[in-house]
Amino acid sequence: MRVGVLALQGDVEEHLTAMRRALGRRGEVVQVKRAEQVHGLKALVIPGGESTTIGKLMQKYGIDRAVLAEPELAILGTCAGAIMLAERIEGYEQFSLGLMSISVARNAFGRQRESFEAELHIEVLGKKPFPGVFIRAPVITEVRGSAEVLAELEGKVVLVRQGRYLACAFHPELTPDRRLHRYFLEEVAGA
Amino acid sequence: MKKGSVKVKRGLAQMLKGGVIMDVTNAEQAGIAEDAGAVAVMALEKVPADIRSAGGVARMADPAKIQEIMDAVSIPVMAKVRIGHFAEAQILEALGVDFIDESEVLTPADEHNHIDKHRFKVPFVCGARNLGEALRRIAEGAAMIRTKGEAGSGNIVEAVRHMRLVMGEIRRLKGMREDELYYAAKELQAPLELVREVARLGRLPVVNFAAGGIATPADASLMMQLGADGIFVGSGIFKSSDPEARARAIVEATTHYDDFELLAEISKGIGEPMKGIDVRQLSEKELLQVRGV
Repeated sequence: MRVGVLALQGDVEEHLTAMRRALGRRGEVVQVKRAEQVHGLKALVIPGGESTTIGKLMQKYGIDRAVLAEPELAILGTCAGAIMLAERIEGYEQFSLGLMSISVARNAFGRQRESFEAELHIEVLGKKPFPGVFIRAPVITEVRGSAEVLAELEGKVVLVRQGRYLACAFHPELTPDRRLHRYFLEEVAGA
Repeated sequence: MKKGSVKVKRGLAQMLKGGVIMDVTNAEQAGIAEDAGAVAVMALEKVPADIRSAGGVARMADPAKIQEIMDAVSIPVMAKVRIGHFAEAQILEALGVDFIDESEVLTPADEHNHIDKHRFKVPFVCGARNLGEALRRIAEGAAMIRTKGEAGSGNIVEAVRHMRLVMGEIRRLKGMREDELYYAAKELQAPLELVREVARLGRLPVVNFAAGGIATPADASLMMQLGADGIFVGSGIFKSSDPEARARAIVEATTHYDDFELLAEISKGIGEPMKGIDVRQLSEKELLQVRGV
């Protein structure tokens, strides 16, 4: 299988490395910068970065339309990527793909000095706590329809799955723990 | 909850990769930068070209000015402090800026000591002309490095020199035997542990942006191809004839830095770049890059 990492802006390299480790010999992981590179992908990662920048560049080069034209494509969005997946962004008029029935609040914990690390309990990943890295992180403020909460931190929703889509407020790619990438590949994308 | 850890400080710099950070002096310019797709803005009272021509002592900007810019945009806001001026940094941290640039563009406050950046929850970026400088700044706690280039010159030549030096020295370390790294650390005047880490990783342990003289989409592409993780544009945008168009073009050129047909399109019809100065015409005491080594 072919897995793409959207390479317009953000921590692309970190996701490429994490995904290659998680996928192993089952397929290849490629960078996606142009619309024509979307077709034929089984899964796509939208990395962390600035959601305003990634959104503008997606639109400018027609990557938004290419992604929306692939209903079978599984997508993992981390931080800015989760914002791109959301139907609604609170308080801002900005572009998103709107693929998940969730609302998000940007920079929900505050500015950079409030960025933090915290252990998360994520049932689908097993008993061992997952290292959560939150950087100017968003939270998911509303979960509707078939969207399902997979993790919370102090009552705030930080991981949601809806069908083939996984929205993650933190950065699993910045830790050596590959369980979330493997979960996405095996359970969400069907590798 | 662990706030202000090395991972979250270096992590914010990682989120800025492949992006453009733009110098702005008011809320309106900050809005233009954000709309053009900047990943962050640097809040200043004057852009480096104006600091250069104004002369006198250049200090941290008025916190009211920085606050105005923080209120205007949703992207991270950076601000500059003088080298070694930890009180200015404490004030900016209290204000809530997202990243502090301990910058040679301002007049240094301490000719020997940089700020002990480990003491702060807010991450710092520092300029460097070579690998030794970069590693000394990282040892002091910098979460991000940028080339110094020659700020406010509109001339890419110094940024190229500094990026080639850093990258060349990294390649040299990578090819060394373990027992040669002790002498390399001595030569670089950098801590052995960091020298070993760079030799093992084949890159700096933090994000490394290009800065100081970038004025065109082609300049951004050049620096990305030389190995920069992203781009700072100081005077280059708001000293050009069409800041909106140039800002957008430099953002796109940073993403598509190796797609030359696209770069040809991106570079069309974006007005006049800033005029710039021949760095060789500057005397040693006019150079900003020799401050804080």
